[in-house]
This record gives sequence, structure tokens and C-alpha cells, in this order.
Amino acid sequence: MTPQALLLAQTVVSGLLVGLMFSLIAVGLALIYGVMGLVNFAHGDLLMLSMYAAFWLHKLFSLDPLLSLPLCTLLLFLLGITIYRLVVKRILDAPKISQIFATFGLVVFFRNLAHFLWSPDYRLIREPFLRGRLEVFGIYVSIPQLVASIGAVVASGFIYWFVMKTEIGRALRATAEDKEAAALMGINSDRMYALAWGMGAACVGVAGALLSNFYFVFPEVGAIFGLTALMIVVLGGLGSIPGAFTAGIIVGLVQVLGGYFIAPAFKMVVVFLIYLVIVILRPQGLFGKW
Amino acid sequence: MVSEKIKHLALQRIPWSAAIILAAVGLLLLTFPFLFTRPFPQHLMIMIFLFAMLGQAWNIVGGYAGQVSLGHAVFFGMGAYTSTVLVSRWGVNPWLGMLVGAVVAVAASIIIGYPCFKLTGPYFVIATIAAGEIVQILFINWEWVGGARGLFVPLLEESLPNFQFHSTKVPYYYIALAMLVLSILVVRWIERSRLGYYLRAIKEDIDAARGLGIDATKYKLIAMAISALLTALGGTFYAQYVLYIDPASVLPLSLSIQVCLIAILGGVATLWGPLIGALILIPMAEFTRVYLGGGGRALHLVVYGALVVLVAVFQPGGLMALVKGLKLPRLAPIGGESKPSPSRIYESTDHETRG
Repeated sequence: MTPQALLLAQTVVSGLLVGLMFSLIAVGLALIYGVMGLVNFAHGDLLMLSMYAAFWLHKLFSLDPLLSLPLCTLLLFLLGITIYRLVVKRILDAPKISQIFATFGLVVFFRNLAHFLWSPDYRLIREPFLRGRLEVFGIYVSIPQLVASIGAVVASGFIYWFVMKTEIGRALRATAEDKEAAALMGINSDRMYALAWGMGAACVGVAGALLSNFYFVFPEVGAIFGLTALMIVVLGGLGSIPGAFTAGIIVGLVQVLGGYFIAPAFKMVVVFLIYLVIVILRPQGLFGKW
Repeated sequence: MVSEKIKHLALQRIPWSAAIILAAVGLLLLTFPFLFTRPFPQHLMIMIFLFAMLGQAWNIVGGYAGQVSLGHAVFFGMGAYTSTVLVSRWGVNPWLGMLVGAVVAVAASIIIGYPCFKLTGPYFVIATIAAGEIVQILFINWEWVGGARGLFVPLLEESLPNFQFHSTKVPYYYIALAMLVLSILVVRWIERSRLGYYLRAIKEDIDAARGLGIDATKYKLIAMAISALLTALGGTFYAQYVLYIDPASVLPLSLSIQVCLIAILGGVATLWGPLIGALILIPMAEFTRVYLGGGGRALHLVVYGALVVLVAVFQPGGLMALVKGLKLPRLAPIGGESKPSPSRIYESTDHETRG
């Protein structure tokens, strides 16, 4: 392979790995949105909290992020349900603007709480179990990133299986389609919403623990992931989990390739522009509703 | 026509108690710099006035029209950058630069607004965030306006025409106060004008408004333009006050968020809401900065974020609604649909009647 082609291949692989992380985060967001039609602006900040959880578990108890993954997932699951019970439940019937303000207020709250508690310093887990890189046909792949991406695929797959193939998943979908009709069939929508929030948060719980293997942890880390995840969910099509997954990969590729072809400084500009173009020209995204 | 309108505004019956309070507060504000001569209290008031004004401007499109924009830093930055580039490269008078900056911001608001106003609710919000981030990234990488290093406003002899003062903050105080009063008058005028009714109709039920023949996009753009204009004035003021700007200080998302927060907590779609919001946020910010030290100790925003959540959940009308004793029932929307409609990113196709 020529150096050019190799570099391009490297970029594509990199984009794929980045994209899969985005996919997992977006899948969680799509789940919440799909079930209750609520845009969770604080999704990225939940990711940030998970990353901090993994970091502190490592710093204080020397728990490797791979081992703390179940714990982070559980913590975020509980946090998601708590947020639903304390805040979201009360604004379900409120005007759209109140819903925006509520999750938006959570963004400000969580992000600045992290600033206050843990300072804006960038943290990094040193010497995690997963480190180093592989070389495959001249392409370098970072092991933590590779494992994270595999984890993302597994977790997304699990969510998809859960939603499509299990009894409870069917109940979730029923609630998403028609809350009242589902209630007539004996499905408690309150429990379904709580579950959706719990599982959606658990997704970023997994993602956060995986990311903490190789990504810096700082209060603003949720900003860019959250914003990108919002765009991905819209691109993938409202509340569609496969759509969010696919769109995540696409956005990852677009971001890295855009940075490669145009300039690294502009990689997010490309993503934002694509969002604006797609959402204005084809608002239904790639897939319809699940 | 105009004299009729003025008479109409002037003859609005104001209760005596309100008039007296207003007069007392007005007197206090006018004499403040002479009662408190140290720079810090004056700086505090200047920041309160500036942010209250930005909140007022945001309120026009975010509160009254119901289009929550998280990209207003764009207009602030454009105002600041336009006047600063003009004065530092070509010696153009900053007041003139302020007007040019306002024009630039209005143009930007139309360019951004026209495509984005096709989106509803959260999708519009995300789009404005995206627009704001794009502009900030562009400015960081644009050498002609100083890139990430920013721009310095050339130091000139202090005078009103030069829009710079070095030995005292008092002139800045009165300019900021004047700008705040201007913004309050503009919002008050909008509130009572036809535009205000159109905006409220658009916010409540855009389809019904369109059914009545209101060109929703046009009025949203007008609201956005007025909002951008006022915000840009604030941007130029900031540039001339601090005498240094860079993308991180005049274009960041955090600025857009703060402006929005002020209006939300104080009370969206109310005249005094942003002022109350600023009166709470800015002193909190400054005091945490002084007592807890430096950046990163964002305790005031933690409190503020929690307050916004509480407001959203319990009292969407903000503190103004509490003050007025209005308990808006949560099920009766003050604006927007009462049931979230997941399938509507895109506004319903235009039924507008042209002509």
C-alpha cells in the first residue's frame, strides 16, 4: 500500500472506532427519546459523571476501569431513574420549552458541579489494564480504543436485542407508540419511562467506563459528546436505535475524514454543517421510528 | 400615527405605588456611582446592566417568540469583533463601529435564522448551538481577526467619542445603564405592539397563528433581528470596556448559556425577568470568584443550574411569576403544545396565505 492509501486507511479505521463510541452514547439517547419524546440535553454530562466515577474508582481503590465497568453502569442506571423520578416525571405534560429548560438546567448543574468538586483539571487514568497498540497490515490500532469499540457494539447490540426481542422491550415500544393504548393493555408507562431513562443512562455508564481507559476526564467532556450524540440521534431518525447506531459510525467517519481532508481544527464544523443540512433538508433522518 | 402611538403608551395607567418605586429605584441607579465610589461595586453594576440587557435581547426571541436560542454569543461576538477590527485596523470610531456591528449581527441573524426557523423546539436549540460552535471555531482559526490570540482595542485618550475611559468606570456605568434602559423600552414596545401579539401567537400555537394568516417565519426573523441588534450593541460595549477580545471571551457557548439562564430564571416573556435574573446571577458569580478564587470554582452556576431546574419543574414563569403571585398551573401551557410530539422536528408545511 502506498503511504497515502495507508494514511487514509488509518484514518478510516480511526473514524470507525470513534464512531462506535458515539454510537453507544447515541443509542442511549435514542432510547430515551424514542420512548418518551424527550430530548435529554444532559446526556453528555451523564457520560462525564460516568467517566469521573471510573476515574475516582481507579484513583481511590485502584479499580481498573474494566472491572469498574459494571459498577459505573449500575450507578448511571440508578442515576437515570433518579433523574426521571425527581425531575423528568414532573415535566412530562409541561410545554416543550419547560422540558428544554429542565434538562438544560441539569446540564448546567452537573457540569459546574464537576467543576466545583473536581476542578477543571484534565485527569487521565495512568496504566490501565488495557494499553498499547496493535499493528494490523501497517495500520495501528490502539488497544483500549479497540476494546471500547467492541464493548460499544456489544452494549448496543444488547440494547437492540432487549428492545426488540424481549417482553419488556415490547412493552417499551408499546409505550413509545401509544402511551394510553399501552396502559389499556396493563403497561405502566411510569415504569417504562423510568426504565428507559435507566437504560439510556446505563449506556453512557458503559461508554464512560470504556472511554476512561484512554480519554481525558474533565468537566466539559460531556459537552462535545453530548452535542454530537444529539445530532447523531436526529440524523439517525427519531428514536431509532439502529438509526442512531449507524449514524454514530457515519458521524465518526465524517469527523475524522473531515479533519483529514480539510483541517483538524475544522472537524467539528463539518459535523455541525452536516447536521444543519440534513435536519433542514431531510428531517426524518435515515430511518423512521422503530 | 406616531403621535397617537406615543399618546397611547404615555397614557398607560401605571399604579402610583409602582411609579414611586420606579422613581426611587431610578434615582438610586442614577446616583449609585457617587454613593459607591470604589471600582468593584461599579463594575458589578456594569456587568449586571450588560447581562440584563443581553437577557432582555434574548427574551425577545427566546421568551416572547418561544424560540430558545443557545447561539446568541454569535451576535455578541460579531458586535465586539466588528467594532474592534474597525477601530484597530482603520481607526473607525467605535460608536460607528457599534452601529456597523449591529448591522453585521442582524445580517448574521437572518442567515442563521432563516434555515433554522424551519425547526421546532429542541431541534432549533441544537441548531443554534451548532451555529454558535461553527462561528467560534471559524473565528479561532481566522488570522485576520487575530485568531485564538484575540484582538486588542488600541488605547486612546479617554473620552466619550473614543468610547474609552481609563481613570474611572463611571462613564461606562452610565452607558451600560442607558443601554439597559433602551433594551427595556424596546421590549416594552414589542410587548404592546402588534409584533408582540404575533410572537405570542406563534409561541402558543404556530399552526393556529399561521391559520390566521400570520407569516410566522417573517416575524420570527424580525424578533431574531431585533434581538441580535441589541446583543451586538452589548458586544461592542464589552469590547470597549475590557479593551481586549478573543473567541473564548465573546463567542463561547457558555456565554450563550448564561444569557439564556438569566432570562429563564428571572422569567421568560416578562419585562423585568432578565433584570432579576441578572441581579441574582452576576453578584453570585462575582462573589464566588472573589471568595472561592479563580476559574473552575463555578459554584454560582451549580446553584443557578439547580434553580433553573426548579423553575422549569415548578414555576415555568420564573421568579417574576412568583413575584406576581401568579401560580401558573403546570398543566396549562404558557406556550407550546402540551403533549410532546416526537414526530415533529420539522414545522408543519406552510399554510401561510401570501398577500
